[in-house]
Amino acid sequence: MQVTIQRHADATVATLVGRIDHQTAAQLEAALAPVLAEAGVSRNAMVLDFSGVDYISSVGLRVLMIAAKQMREHQAQLLVAALQSVVVEIFAISRFNRILTVTATLDDALALCSPAALADYRASQPAAAP
Amino acid sequence: MMRARFWGTRGSLPVALTAAGVRLKLLAALRAARGRPLATESDLERVLASLPFAESGTYGGHSSCVQIETGGFDYFVCDMGSGLRPFGHAAMAQRSAGAGQTFHIFLSHLHWDHIMGLPFFVPAFVPGNRVRVYGCHDRLEAALLRQQEQPSFPVDFSIFGAKIEFVRLEPDRAYEIDGVKVTPMLQRHGGDSYGYRFEAQGKAVVYSTDSEHPLEQPGHTARFVEFFRDADLVIFDAMYSLADAVSIKADWGHSSNIVGVELCQMAGAKHLCLFHHEPVFDDAAIDAVLAETRRLEEITRGAKRLRVSAAYDGLEIGL
Repeated sequence: MQVTIQRHADATVATLVGRIDHQTAAQLEAALAPVLAEAGVSRNAMVLDFSGVDYISSVGLRVLMIAAKQMREHQAQLLVAALQSVVVEIFAISRFNRILTVTATLDDALALCSPAALADYRASQPAAAP
Repeated sequence: MMRARFWGTRGSLPVALTAAGVRLKLLAALRAARGRPLATESDLERVLASLPFAESGTYGGHSSCVQIETGGFDYFVCDMGSGLRPFGHAAMAQRSAGAGQTFHIFLSHLHWDHIMGLPFFVPAFVPGNRVRVYGCHDRLEAALLRQQEQPSFPVDFSIFGAKIEFVRLEPDRAYEIDGVKVTPMLQRHGGDSYGYRFEAQGKAVVYSTDSEHPLEQPGHTARFVEFFRDADLVIFDAMYSLADAVSIKADWGHSSNIVGVELCQMAGAKHLCLFHHEPVFDDAAIDAVLAETRRLEEITRGAKRLRVSAAYDGLEIGL
């Protein structure tokens, strides 16, 4: 799986691509570790962009739980955005939709973080063709 | 033919269907009957068949007790929860209350909900019967004796007419008992618990309750995948949602439907039976967990389909 980190004002967006399972969950945990440590100082929110994730197993969900717990300890937010339909189902079956803040789109998540984060994100996107 | 018969399927504490719960089922049945022919018994059966199990039946409330029919003459039983009492009555009726029966009872652990049925187990009162209690805990015998001492219970072990024997097993060692290969395995639970794998007639049943799975330990997962390997039936502690099991109920010693599906899929098991239901759940809640678990199996299915059931008191699964 691939993890790309980008900063948008006071929010950090981790864009994830691929499957998060028993083989790749440790990779995700390692990729998120520096962001979580930074949030301890900055209290910036973190958004996980799940639009490229087609599956997450119990081990992957556990990584999210640990990340959310650490963010709470830092008094910072963790949001999960743009789940694919199968992942929506897995979140519902596992009840992770009840303990994590999940939004339909990345824009929705950044709007919950701050107006500055949303504006910075939108400014970074290529303009739509006329 | 091997067969699992479920006499108690509830976790932690026996529960009973309430008057309000019965009323809801009756209302559902009456609603379903509206406008339909009801003249014959077949008509009535058709109406009942149209209802979900949560409305036409109940998952029951006895605590853990599962009979494994092995094809041999002796009885094999996992745990002595409150379900042991109806099992005892059925065993007495089945063989005309005759003496000379042997009951091999395998204990996952010694918590109350897994031993509370023994004082009410009628075959233990019958001279000539043998009750062999197997387990891996040091204090196997002491825990059962203590349960039947004053002031907790009015009569002690001397009331039993049957011969009661205690057999200490070692985990990860295979035993041959009445033609059945039995292998216990250590599980993660407060005070330890043990799962059992029963193999006979080319079939394998795994009984794995009161078992938490630390997802961060690949070695633990590999051990359970091997224990469940190609099993025809895995009876699995699915008491909590995964979210609860890894957050507020972490270290409470139980597992989830999601981990059950994953382990069974990795092991190539054929049938997952959700067990040790949360006592807070009503029938509709367990029905919903079952439907969701079947859907999870469907969306994560590899080359092989995993059958998924939810145990209820009275369920029989032939292998």
